[in-house]
Amino acid sequence: MEDVLILAIESSCDETAAAVVKNGREVLSNVISSQIALHTLYGGVVPEIASRKHIEKINQVITEALDQARVSLSDITAIGVTYGPGLVGALLVGVAEAKAISYAAGIPLVGVHHIEGHICANYIENKELEPPFLCLVVSGGHTHLVRVADYRTYEILGRTRDDAAGEAFDKVARAIGLGYPGGPKIDKLAREGNPEAIVFPRAKLSDGEYDFSFSGLKSAVLNYLNGCHMKGEPVCEADVAASFQRAVIDVLVEHAIHGAKAFRMDQLAIAGGVASNSSLRAAMEEACRREGIRFYHPSPIFCTDNAAMIGVAAYYEYMAGTRSGLDLNAVPNLKLGER
Amino acid sequence: MKILALDSSGLVASAAIAEDDNLLAEYTVNYKKTHSQTLLPMIQEICRMTEQDLHTIDGIAVAAGPGSFTGLRIGSATAKGLGLALDKPLIHIPTVDALAYNLYGCGDLICPMMDARRNQVYTGIYQFEGDELKILTGQAPKGVEELAEELNVLGRAVVFLGDGVPVYRKLLEEKLSVPHRYAPAHANKQRAACVAVLGLRYMREGRIETAADHRPDYLRPSQAERERQERERREQEHAGH
Repeated sequence: MEDVLILAIESSCDETAAAVVKNGREVLSNVISSQIALHTLYGGVVPEIASRKHIEKINQVITEALDQARVSLSDITAIGVTYGPGLVGALLVGVAEAKAISYAAGIPLVGVHHIEGHICANYIENKELEPPFLCLVVSGGHTHLVRVADYRTYEILGRTRDDAAGEAFDKVARAIGLGYPGGPKIDKLAREGNPEAIVFPRAKLSDGEYDFSFSGLKSAVLNYLNGCHMKGEPVCEADVAASFQRAVIDVLVEHAIHGAKAFRMDQLAIAGGVASNSSLRAAMEEACRREGIRFYHPSPIFCTDNAAMIGVAAYYEYMAGTRSGLDLNAVPNLKLGER
Repeated sequence: MKILALDSSGLVASAAIAEDDNLLAEYTVNYKKTHSQTLLPMIQEICRMTEQDLHTIDGIAVAAGPGSFTGLRIGSATAKGLGLALDKPLIHIPTVDALAYNLYGCGDLICPMMDARRNQVYTGIYQFEGDELKILTGQAPKGVEELAEELNVLGRAVVFLGDGVPVYRKLLEEKLSVPHRYAPAHANKQRAACVAVLGLRYMREGRIETAADHRPDYLRPSQAERERQERERREQEHAGH
């Protein structure tokens, strides 16, 4: 059978990325141009600035991805592009670019769901992994517990009711003066702190056993800091970071394991930017080992927003016959599993 | 020489193909539908109708600002993708210049105005001298009253066009002391044919850029940048006291 080469483009938030993926699982190139330094000036991603940077970088990133993979457009079987969810202005750059290349080069176009891409990142380094499995998707914008029934069949078991896990990391990091982006900074500082120093709440929702809520936890951290301030007591930032992080991870792990057992899944994966968190990985690994569940996670480079994962998702879509038209639009609130 | 031209800077989406002195096709739609969904199907349609081999196009001209930030990026990303896939250069056409070109040969001053929100318009003042479009005041965001004052000082008859006209017509009427008119429907909005004609000119003069280097010219920083600059300026002032 002839090789299927996907050129993938991702611009849903603050990374401009392109990749070439062979036969769905082999990454030939994975180029990411990060804007993080720029957004750090503003304490978070500024949509208009992100969109402007995407348009400045996108051709260079695509050309670099093709060059590194040692292929040209004429070798490409299909173009995969993230069309949602994400920042609409940012998504539109990738979508318009991908459509124009698809049309001018006569290459089929496949629109990809960003979160499905994150889940598919697990296939890259785990060649034996195949559905069904359970996947916990945790990032700055998303917290989903997803049952992956088949390559293109996703069922959301639980989701956050308020803040995404990564968002809570960012907000707490800001409150203890760590700055943006919060996730890696809290992860690092937490290693020096005591995770049992402060007891923060673990939210349980009576009407959704797999749903998450992190805003109460975030408020508890802010109240704790405020209380120390009022009483003139010193704050140990490392203890706050470690205790907060433990509270988040406890809930994530508990829900994931509960879901895996309820649905008799013997494979559990994590995905998304927060899946890089070393404590989350360790806790998930340990819990899975205890329950006899195989645990999968992508390397950090495939956890962050990247186009290789979009290429993997596009491959399975392409093979199933999915083709997007030249009227493909960005859908900022695209639902998981929506076709 | 053959040019594919795009304009999605405002409410209108427009695509055209021009070859030397011939406009082969133009497709202009002024309807509330997102340019993201219409622009490329429009390009596809005019190319299909005129049986284009895309590889015979010499360059891609795009109205590259000012305009709606998102609209500009849809046009620019489309042009950049075409340029990348076809290995063709891009031609960066100032939006307001292209608007002024609608009124080729007009003996009066030409004043395009695009609604720029925040009580401003993107505007410029132009006049034709023979075949040449002369720029008296280059395109910029400006308050309507300031623009009216500038035109009053010039003291000549002026023709207005652009989507800022219906928004600010009443204010113009109050402030202007010079004779003025408004361009009719066929010539008062963005048209890719004008972008194409200017594109041919630019290309002959060698004013081209690579698809990779191209970026729109917004003529305004983002709101976050503006607020940060403002904050830093205040802090500096404060430190100075």
